[in-house]
Amino acid sequence: MEDMLFYDRMQFAFTITFHYLFPQLTMGLSLLIVYFKWKFLRTKVDKYNDAAKFWMKIFALNFAMGVVTGIPMEFQFGTNWAKFSELTGGIIGQTLAMEGMFSFFLESSFLGLFLFGEKILGHKLHFVTGFLVFLGSWASGYLIIATHSWMQYPVGYEVLENGKFILNNFGALFSNPWLIPSYLHNQAASMVTSSFVVAAIGAFYLLNDKHHEFGKLFVKTGVIFGLISSLLVAFPTGDLAAKNVVKHQPVTFAAMEGIFETEQGGSEIVLIGQPNMREKKLDNKIAVPNILSFLTYQDWNAEIKGLDQFDPSVYPTNIPGLYYAYHIMVGLGTIFIGLMLLAAIQLFRKKLYTTKWILWALLFLLPFPYIANTTGWYTAELGRQPWLVYNLLRTSAGASPTVSSGNTLFTLLGFIGLYLLLGLLFLMLAGKIINKGPKLEKH
Amino acid sequence: MELFWYIVLMTMLAVYVILDGYDFGSGIIHLFFAKTEKDKKAITSAIGPFWDANEVWLIAAGGVLFFGFPTLYASSFSGFYLPLIMILWLLIFRAIGLELRGQVHNHMWEAIWDKAFGISSLLLALFFGVALGNVVRGVNLGNVVEGVSTHEAHYFFLPLWNPTFSPQAEELGIIDWFTLLLGIISVVALTIHGANWIIFKTNSDLNEKLKKVVFNMNIVLVALVAISLLVWHIIEPNPFHNFIAKPWLLIFPLITFTGLFGLFKVKTFKKHGLGFLFSSLFLLGGLTSTVASIFPKVLPSTNSINPDLTLYNVAAHEYGLTVGLYWFPIAVVLVAVYMFIQYKVFNGKMDAIGYGEH
Ligand code: HDD
Ligand code: HEM
Ligand code: HEM
Repeated sequence: MEDMLFYDRMQFAFTITFHYLFPQLTMGLSLLIVYFKWKFLRTKVDKYNDAAKFWMKIFALNFAMGVVTGIPMEFQFGTNWAKFSELTGGIIGQTLAMEGMFSFFLESSFLGLFLFGEKILGHKLHFVTGFLVFLGSWASGYLIIATHSWMQYPVGYEVLENGKFILNNFGALFSNPWLIPSYLHNQAASMVTSSFVVAAIGAFYLLNDKHHEFGKLFVKTGVIFGLISSLLVAFPTGDLAAKNVVKHQPVTFAAMEGIFETEQGGSEIVLIGQPNMREKKLDNKIAVPNILSFLTYQDWNAEIKGLDQFDPSVYPTNIPGLYYAYHIMVGLGTIFIGLMLLAAIQLFRKKLYTTKWILWALLFLLPFPYIANTTGWYTAELGRQPWLVYNLLRTSAGASPTVSSGNTLFTLLGFIGLYLLLGLLFLMLAGKIINKGPKLEKH
Repeated sequence: MELFWYIVLMTMLAVYVILDGYDFGSGIIHLFFAKTEKDKKAITSAIGPFWDANEVWLIAAGGVLFFGFPTLYASSFSGFYLPLIMILWLLIFRAIGLELRGQVHNHMWEAIWDKAFGISSLLLALFFGVALGNVVRGVNLGNVVEGVSTHEAHYFFLPLWNPTFSPQAEELGIIDWFTLLLGIISVVALTIHGANWIIFKTNSDLNEKLKKVVFNMNIVLVALVAISLLVWHIIEPNPFHNFIAKPWLLIFPLITFTGLFGLFKVKTFKKHGLGFLFSSLFLLGGLTSTVASIFPKVLPSTNSINPDLTLYNVAAHEYGLTVGLYWFPIAVVLVAVYMFIQYKVFNGKMDAIGYGEH
């Protein structure tokens, strides 16, 4: 039974991690494409339209990957988490069904028009279809995060005697205090990914001495959006997300921050250190006193509960993993702000396009927003363990009762093989599009 | 309220079968009949802008199943674990076959993705028919062994097949001769359907040949349907009891046969859309008749210990189903608007849109 659960969890973790590599770019990039198209409509300068067209090619490829890896997600609730689906389907089925009806139809219907309809529709309507695709993808993010927020902080429900969760307040699903901070944070993070990708490709062209016009445009757009979104990710959205965790999952917060013992007179913020679970302390710690108390409660001396104040049976199952995931996300977030600030200053001084080391840094940072997003989700998900629905339903009680571990391992291996292939194809084809680069055309 | 959502779900499934059905059918035609690059282009252009939206009907139907009938969703998705995951894999190959082919110009590359698209369409058509067969045949709910349930009454697990391939064995498999028969019917019906779509949406040189294909395949289809009606008795001693008890249900078989026999006139149709209309009627009628024959069961039990799953004992709680009424109609109107716009813009013949070219 135990290893069956293990494969179920591995399969979910693997497939969702892979899936989310694509939507984070879809959501952010759709906004940037709409921005380029809008610029074109306003200025009638061709390069904006060509920039939109170029990114649409990457977008189409990325979207296809998101779609094919998204469908298994929807099915897996039933195949691998049948008990969970049976017990909570009346609630999370609601938001998931809404996602299908409201956002997937919107996206998929207009995507075809957006990609192949420019000539038939004319530029204005083409802009509108792009906007609708953007709207669909952001609505999708909203509804999936509403679902996820309910698992973190269940609201509007009642538990029947047979263990089933039933909905008794529909509105509560959408006014869930967990939802808005989480959604805004997540969307800001997806803007980080797309801005960094756009900036990196721009830097690639400039460093390669190709497509100068577009290289400059991409770097400039990427840096402006990248700075704004990096700031938004940390404040106010990251801050609000963290406050939710302190308030509603204090034991998770203690583990995330690596606080083993409650400190009197204010908690320090840990920058670096390795959790030592046997001795219940951090090794090689570097920390700044009292900052954490201030960030959390705006009071230098506020008390933050450490793990010592909780019963080990409610500890998150993987404390070191949770701690690292959180610290990697926050560390990267800080680096992003720093680099984007420097780049923006150079941009302002009109020196960015020739400051080689910043361009190299922008190029090399390309994978890191993906890492930050992934570790962000690991923070949320490892922090929720051992619960599937926080404080109400254990993960071990949610798996499918009749599916054996041999079958789950088989499908897990299948997914790994298939997704490796997809990943390779994606990289190869995206590389090809990028290497070919955008074209200037008359419109 | 349960009944309302049941009808919604069945309608969505029927729409899915009709819409994605033509994609699968076109894939099968592509696999067996498209020889030249021009034929292939014509076929992919005729489905390119639509397949994703069509597939969303499956996802959305899955969502409604989850929301309205969570117990059925949980029981059937975990019970049919392996084939469902394989369907997911096939859907992935179908999609990337279509989307990636045009990205690189190289014969080997194109040949690989053509095959991926065609073969996965063929297998998907087969699997969906087999799935329908499993639903009417029923499953061993509670995994009863020697008169004792080994699981909760509404859970089960089926292997892909049993050694005898018999639908009457004690230990059932997903593929047996009965479900396979329905799978083959599905392949034949969708091939016809796909051919009709291509005739409708393209000016391809294939069209004349495809009309002959439709005609000949239709003869096969009539024969297969007749056989299936005969062998149905072996699975269920009294297969038509619902139709006898409620004669108005006969409207569904009537739709089926209208579609089936209408198709014999395919060679004389003046309007190209007519063939497609008739094959849609056949699919609609076939699916609805099949589910009507077991109504109100949604998954019959093959043992006498655990009760059948019916739409009443798998539904979600009343309040949730009722609030669904607030948002669902809005969504339906929106979806109708999107579909209208989509089919309006890509109105008429589509050979020339150049799908997937880079
Ligand atoms: C570019 C990506 C990125 C960056 C730089 C950050 N985050 Fe983040 N974070 C995410 C991307 C992300 C995410 C992937 O989007 C998560 C997962 C769940 C969610 O809603 O957002 C997340 C979750 C998440 C959570 C967990 C919420 C939960 O348990 O549900 C907290 C407490 C923070 N973040 C806080 C921060 C802070 C204080 C940051 C300071 C810089 C920060 N994040 C940077
Ligand atoms: C895209 C971002 C996401 C990532 C990277 C992610 C990551 C993970 C990981 C790593 C696990 C395994 C945790 C463990 O077992 O230790 C997990 C489990 C799970 N997540 Fe997420 N998740 C994401 C989004 C979501 C969303 C939006 C939902 C709900 C709608 C969700 C629902 C679940 C469920 C049901 C499980 C399985 C049960 C469990 O192990 O708790 N996840 N996820
Ligand atoms: C367990 C959780 C999840 C499920 C069940 C799920 C399901 C799906 C499905 C079925 C699709 C394909 C839609 C189509 O055919 O058009 C999809 C795509 C998408 N998903 Fe997910 N998803 C999950 C997690 C997430 C998360 C965490 C996000 C973002 C916050 C997200 C955002 C998107 C977006 C924007 C798309 C459309 C664009 C694209 O595919 O690249 N999904 N998802």
